[in-house]
This record gives sequence, structure tokens and C-alpha cells, in this order.
Amino acid sequence: MLEFFPFKRTIPFMSWGKVTTAISLLTFLFAIWALWHQGLNLGVDFTGGTLMEVRTSQTADLHAIRGALDKTGLPEVSVQNFGTSRDVLVRLPAKHGANAATTSNTVMAALQTVDPSVELKRVDFVGPQVGKELYDNGALALLVVAFGIMAYLAIRFEWRFAVAGMLANMHDIVIILGVFAFFQWEFTLTVLAGVLAVLGYSVNESVVVFDRIRENIRKMRGATIPEIIDDAITRTMSRTIITHGSTQLMVLAMLFFGGEALHNFALALTIGIMFGIYSSVLVASPLLLMFGVKREHFIKPVEKKEEAVV
Amino acid sequence: MNRFPLWKYVLIGVTLVVAFLYTLPNFYGEVPAVQVSPVRSSEKADIALLGRIESTLKTAGLASSGIELAGNSIKARFANTDTQIKAKDALQSGLGERYTVALNLVSASPDWLTAIGALPMYLGLDLRGGVHFLLEVDMKAALEKSAIRYQNDFRTELRADKIRYGRIAREGNVVSVHFNTRDQRDAAINKLGTVFTELILTPEDQAEGFSFSARLRPEAETKVQEFALQQNITTLRNRVNELGVAEPVIQQQGASRIVVQLPGVQDTAKAKDILGRTATLEIRMVDEQADPIAVSQGQAPFGDDIVPSREGGTIAVKKDVVLTGDSITDASPGFDSTSGQAAVHLNLDGKGARIFQDVTRENVGKRMAILLIEKGQAEAITSPVIRDEIGGGRVQITGMETAQEASDVALLLRAGALAAPMQIIEERTVGPSMGAENIEKGFHSNIWGFAAVALFMIIYYRIFGLFSAVALAINGFFLIALLSMMQATLTLPGMAAIALTLGMAIDANVLINERIREELRNGSTPQAAIHAGYDRAWATILDSNLTTLIAGVALFWLGSGPVRGFAVVLCLGILTSMFSAVTVSRAMVNLTYGRQARLAKVSI
Repeated sequence: MLEFFPFKRTIPFMSWGKVTTAISLLTFLFAIWALWHQGLNLGVDFTGGTLMEVRTSQTADLHAIRGALDKTGLPEVSVQNFGTSRDVLVRLPAKHGANAATTSNTVMAALQTVDPSVELKRVDFVGPQVGKELYDNGALALLVVAFGIMAYLAIRFEWRFAVAGMLANMHDIVIILGVFAFFQWEFTLTVLAGVLAVLGYSVNESVVVFDRIRENIRKMRGATIPEIIDDAITRTMSRTIITHGSTQLMVLAMLFFGGEALHNFALALTIGIMFGIYSSVLVASPLLLMFGVKREHFIKPVEKKEEAVV
Repeated sequence: MNRFPLWKYVLIGVTLVVAFLYTLPNFYGEVPAVQVSPVRSSEKADIALLGRIESTLKTAGLASSGIELAGNSIKARFANTDTQIKAKDALQSGLGERYTVALNLVSASPDWLTAIGALPMYLGLDLRGGVHFLLEVDMKAALEKSAIRYQNDFRTELRADKIRYGRIAREGNVVSVHFNTRDQRDAAINKLGTVFTELILTPEDQAEGFSFSARLRPEAETKVQEFALQQNITTLRNRVNELGVAEPVIQQQGASRIVVQLPGVQDTAKAKDILGRTATLEIRMVDEQADPIAVSQGQAPFGDDIVPSREGGTIAVKKDVVLTGDSITDASPGFDSTSGQAAVHLNLDGKGARIFQDVTRENVGKRMAILLIEKGQAEAITSPVIRDEIGGGRVQITGMETAQEASDVALLLRAGALAAPMQIIEERTVGPSMGAENIEKGFHSNIWGFAAVALFMIIYYRIFGLFSAVALAINGFFLIALLSMMQATLTLPGMAAIALTLGMAIDANVLINERIREELRNGSTPQAAIHAGYDRAWATILDSNLTTLIAGVALFWLGSGPVRGFAVVLCLGILTSMFSAVTVSRAMVNLTYGRQARLAKVSI
């Protein structure tokens, strides 16, 4: 039998509470600082504006392209290479007015003066009002998911589990956002979808541990709550690592083969998966302890009577 | 204890066969085709048209690998894109302007698969290339436009009843009318209140005189907005036909927005131009003196234009324009109250009504033509005979053969004349090469990811790992089959979601396998361990999948475009994975180990 984690003894995770809480707090504060100080580099989906991806026939002459675009009189045009030397990304800020939609045609005409065989690969034009709506809906989706999952955990387990699980996962989300802010990676709609998927996914981890805790509370009659939690985490440890490892394999495939479009999505998932393991084991469970979870919360009075008889 | 009743195996077998069948079309791919459909909705594609297409292709010397009639269009398949483009040109010139000829791709799977409704997945624009527009209809302008019409109508009505009025002013969508005396004002409110029941008329006493203000009732306001939106959708549909797009999507989104998706369109500048263009309507007199033979030969008499007529043939119309479409405020299909014939009811504004009255008085018994002018080309929509002098701006046109025709004419009149201004507020264009690249990237992500996970599972859990890997592959089949059956739009984020759900689906098998190992470690017999492993893991699997499902549903609800595509796949993937990871893998385990009463060892 091939085993990565042949733990014979229970690992005393709960006794490391102070250290892990400190680590969490530090990364969390770092993420908040990055978000506060640098902010997210929001893509055109949220800010509004025009984003164009073109492929030139030879190595793109960015200088000539910039020159041609300057002549169009469009303000704040940004031109950069991405991927290969023939792929060029042109960005323009949001512009009010009826002719905003024709910006991409103006740009294309200008690019054709530099390279007649330039090929248009992608245009994203988002009007300012649409951008704002997408932003608002994104924020709303985040809240709905958070509360939906919390309500589910509260019904399925107990409110303490719900709050602990949610806090742990919000901590993951803030860290993902913090990392994106720190490195100024572009935050697009697809990345947002990834972040929300992480929220749903990494709660899984807490659910698995919580499930074990509940089972242990019923089984391990003599044990204290920290012992019960330690046992639950130890026994689910190898499943945790393997599951997340498998998901990460898929995500790595996206990171390597998915190209530019899925790159940041895969990055968000990677951070989410890494911190998901950490937070559900070393954040959610100490929180649970802090909230004072007790045996009585799970053992029904009927079972108590039986205990008395025994 | 690890045996399924026969019906379970049969059920699993049947689902597998169905899933396989519906996945199959995706492997056959698509072949180039040309799609021919009539421009007007009242016309049908039929066997006669099919025959014409066949003979046109034959004369052009182009071989089609199959021509079929489906719905209201005819699709002809070709061996390669070269023939496809030649065929498009040949058909375009051979069939004339009454038909839209567009390039398309059709499923290459055998007929029996198509017959059971098995089609390839419906690819989103980011995978097939094309343009997506979101247009916003200016509702404020639509309401103001209706207020302007009431300004004119008030004038006509008050004048007809000889009620003296002062200034008629408009601010936004509120019209206010001023009077010298209270009696005049009250009489006006009485009169107008019975004619325009859709308005709220509020009297206002001011120092300098008496007035009332008129505004639309909220429900009437909604109606005006819905009307403007519908009309714009109709206009867009007519225009898009012109672009020759095979499967355009034109849909309402929310209260004031329209989504236009044009798969395969590359020339976005042209598309924007056509969508943004306005058509105009003109009413002109028909030249009754013109020589019918000269007209049919295209020789226009002096001072006339020759225009094609929708009723067939060509007619000569005077160059003088009686009215333009701006004067038409509404057009709706209906029936003539006396004869019961299908009819179109037109409303004209005040000025238009006066001109119309004069013209009809002088030309009783003659014909007038209503022309639709688009791209600088005029076409007579209808050319009715004037039976009587028409006053009051309410015109009824009869002579339509069916109610369908009446509603088509009404639509055309509205579509040409009355569109509220629209603005493109979102555009997403994906070039054809980019689409193909995206498919390839999504496919590679899935294949390599799956291979890595499967390899790992087999090394780590051996036989049980193999079961898990097979269950995972089956999950992939289920997902693709479901997406094909539902014809849900597959986007690049959707492909990412397939990879992600496959990665997450393995969680269920890991949970089960770990549980079995643990039970074995605690000294259970292999059979008992397998049983307990599946049993105990189930609650956890359910919990963990449901939380992800909550995220998926929220994303679907609040997401748009690409995110929605992601959410659909995520939700479906979770559902299929619960079935495949638990039931299908259990069936494999049961088939392998279930019958061995004294199982000493399992490979896990």
C-alpha cells in the first residue's frame, strides 16, 4: 500500500493554535495592506474600456504602432506585447459617448497603416455602465455565495461550524485578492468566477474535517474537544493532500496549456487551493475551539439517557 | 453485501450507452455548409426551393454532399470550404434577394444520430469566433418621442372640438397645455380624458392662467418601453438577415437591452454600421398614367421612380414625397370592422394627418404606395387604393390576404419608422483563429490534466485507483453528453469548468478509498471495509458537493456571458460526478469483488 502520510499517532494541531493564528493574521494583514495600498488591477470587464488583441505578420514594431495610434487622437492608449513577439495587446480607457463602440474600428484602421496584414484576434469593449454592473453583480455574488454556504453549514452542522468555516474561507478569498493586488495581476470576470469556485470548493475541506469532528464527538466518549479535533484532522490529512493535489494537477494543466485566457484563472485557483488546505485545517478548527464547541451541541438528550444507563 | 441488484447494473448500462451516443457527435466534428432561408418570415422554405437550389448548384458544377430541409431553412453540405464559398456566391446570385444565403457548419455525424437528437455541443462565440453586442435602447428618448406625439394629437383633438387653447409645452415626457379660462381647461380635460385613457391629466391652477399636465400612466409607460424594445428587435432582425449570418441570436435582456450574437462574423465595422443604420419610410402617389409595359421594362416615365413591390412586380411612383415615416406614430395589425378583412391600422401625427387629409381628398380612387428605403434602395411595402377622404390621422389599409401578411406589413412599417435610438454598450469579438486556438487550449488542459490525475490515482490506489480513473473518464462523458443534449453554450471558461469539476470529482473517490483503507487498518474484512467505506463517505461527499453547488448556482444567477457558461458546467459537473464517482465506481468494485465470499485482500 502506497501511503504518503502513514500517521500512526495523532498530530497535536490544536496545540499550535497560537502560531498558526499568528501566521494567518500576518498574511491576512499583508493581503489587506496590498489591497488597500495598491488595489486590484481590474480588467476592462469591471472598469469599462476597450481591450484588443491583434497578431502582426512579423515581430510587432511597438514604437510604430504607438506612433500610429497617437495620430488617431485617442487618449491614454497602452500598447504592449504579450505571449509571443507578434501578439500585441492594446488597451484604451472607458470613454463616454455614443461613438465609444467604434473605438476598436479606429484602432484597427490605424494598425493597418503599420501592418496591412494585421489580424484581429479579440476585442472586448465594455461600456462604463456595464462595467459597473458587472462589478456590483460580482460583489453581490461573493456575498450570496458566502451567506448561502454559511446557511447550509448552519443547518447541516451548527452555527459555530458555519461561522468558523466561513471565516476561514473568507480569509482565503482575501489572500487571493491580496496576492492579485500585490503583483498587479489583471482581475477579470473569469478570475472572479475562479475565486467564487474556490470559495465553494475550499469549504469542502472544512466540511470534511467538520464531518469527522462530528463523528468523533459521538464515538470518542472520553476524549476532550482538542483531542477530537486533532484526531479528525490527522485522519483526513492524507485525503486532504491527495484531493487538493489532484485538483491542483488539473489546474496546473490549465496553467501550462490554457494560454493567456485561463492563466490568471488558474493562478487564482492555485492560491485558493494552497491556502484552502492551510485555512481549513489550521484556521477553521482553532476558530471552532475558540467559539467553544461542546459535546452537548451534537449529542441529543435521548442518547444521553442511554449513556446514563451504561 | 457488495452486490447490486440486476436493475442497478441495467440502469448504469443504459445511462452509459445513452451518454456514449450523445457524446458521439462531438467526435465526428462539423462540415462546411451553406444555409438558405427566406428573408421574410411569412415565406417558407419548401421542396420547390430545395429543387431550385439543387439545379442552381448543378449548373454551377458544384457537388454537394447532401441537401436537407430543416425547419425554415435549407442546408447544403460541401466537402471543403472552397466549394462552400463558391456555392454561396452561386446561390446568392441564382436565388436573388428574397433569400438569405449564409455560410454555416453542420454536424458531420451520421443521420441516425441526428435523428435521435444527438448534436455536437453548442460552442460559444469565444470558441467559434464571432461578434457579441449588447445594445441599450434609449428609453428616455422613446418616452419623449411619445410625448411629442401627444403634443400634436392634443392640438388636433382640441381644434376638432373647437376648444380654445394657449401654449402646448413639453418638458421631458410631461406635456402641459395652457388655457385662458377654467371652463376651457375642464372641457379639454373631459374631451382628452375620454380619447386618451392611457394618460393621467392633472389640472393646475396658476396665477397667470389655467393649465393641465399630461403624463403616461405607469402601465402605459411600460407598454411604450416594451413596444420600443420589440420594435428595435424586429428592426435588428431584418438588418441581420442582410449580413448573411447562419445562426444569429437576437434576444431581449432585461427591460431595455438587446443581445445580438453573430457567429462567424469578422467584419465588425460593417456589422456595427448595419446595426446602427436607420431605415426610412415614405408615402408617395402611384403614377396611374404610366405605361405598364414600359414600367415592367424598367423605363421610368418623367418625374417617376420605378420600385420593386413586395406584392410582386414593379410599380412607378411619383418622385414627390407625400409624407415621410416620421409622421407615422404607430402601426398595428387588425381587422376591418365592417368587412372583417385583415388590415393594418396606422396613426399619423397632427401635421401628417392634415397633409394626408388633403391628399386623400384630391386623389380618391387612386393608389398610394408606402416605400421602405434602406441602403438607398426603395421598395414598396404596400400600395393600397384610396377609397375615401381620410381625416383625423387614423388610416386603415386593407387588401392584405391574411392576418399574417397584415402583421408583417405592420411590423415593417414600425420597424422602418419608429426605432428608439440604440447604443452599443458592450462588444466582444473573437477572431476565427482565436476561436480554434481556444478550443485547442481548453482541450489540452483537460486531456493532460486528466492523464496526470488518472496516472496518479492508479499508482496510489492501484485497482481501486483504476476504478476511480475510469469513473472519472465516465464522468467526463456524462458531462459532455449532458451539455450536448441540453445544447447549453460551451465557452472557454466552460471548458475550464470541465477541467475543474474533473479535478474536484476525484475528491469523492479519494474520500471513499481513504475510508476503505482506514477500515482495513482498523481490522475490518475487505468486504466490510468496502461496504463501510462507500456508506460513510456518502454523507461527506454530499455535503462537500452541495457547497460547491451553492457557489455554482449563485454564479449562474448573478453572472453574465462567460461566467454563466462556467457556472452551468460547474453545476452539471457536480451532479454527474456524484453519480459516476459513487454509483458507477461502486458497480465496478461490486462486479470485481462482490461475488468473492471470502475475499482475503483487495488492491487499494
